[in-house]
Amino acid sequence: MSALVMSLALGYAQIALALAACLGGYRLLYGPRAQDRVLGLDTFYVTAMLLFVVTGIRVGSPFFFEAAMVIGVLGFVATVSLAKFLIRGEVIE
Amino acid sequence: MTYLETLPAWIALPVAFFLVLGATLTLLGTVGLARLHSFYDRLHAPTLGTSWGAAGILLASMILVSWTEGRAVLHELVIGIFLMITTPVTMMFLGRAALHRDRIEGTPGIPGAVARSDVPIGPVSPPEGEAAFADPADAPGED
Repeated sequence: MSALVMSLALGYAQIALALAACLGGYRLLYGPRAQDRVLGLDTFYVTAMLLFVVTGIRVGSPFFFEAAMVIGVLGFVATVSLAKFLIRGEVIE
Repeated sequence: MTYLETLPAWIALPVAFFLVLGATLTLLGTVGLARLHSFYDRLHAPTLGTSWGAAGILLASMILVSWTEGRAVLHELVIGIFLMITTPVTMMFLGRAALHRDRIEGTPGIPGAVARSDVPIGPVSPPEGEAAFADPADAPGED
């Protein structure tokens, strides 16, 4: 019974997170302005990180957790540097 | 899917609940991101996923791995605390960038800049001519 509950919950979580990543990608592709695209990219990063954690639970391997940590750090750096670029026109001055 | 069959129900039910909660909140946040009309509204929506969406999924992973390993595994707290610190920073920064761009373009309905005591409004006028670079030792006067 617990295997059924877990497989249902894991399947639902994976499908919902994949849909969420698609909606973030929609804002990334069709966002009317540059800041919308940056916001979509940030959402995409966070959603992909959560999807990696869920996949790690399903597979039972600790390596997905490390990948999720790296994705989280990279997402933060990417968003901050893109926002800096939107303000100043260059990243490192 | 092998090790999940040995779970007792009192572990499987909270893990499944937190997984469904986190995934649903993340999906709702991105639906808001896709559907809201102004950028400043859209800025709020994905934080639903970075607050309780991420917390639910990380909590589920923490409970499950702790039961599997037989000890308290708190590695997921690293991601959780990192996300909790960095999300307000990025959202604040992105909002200020959007406000800066909107003020430059003169979009209607955007509040103007407020004079602050610690930031000069414009460039301070430079001192005139050679007097700015003169050595104070050979200034005329007292001898």
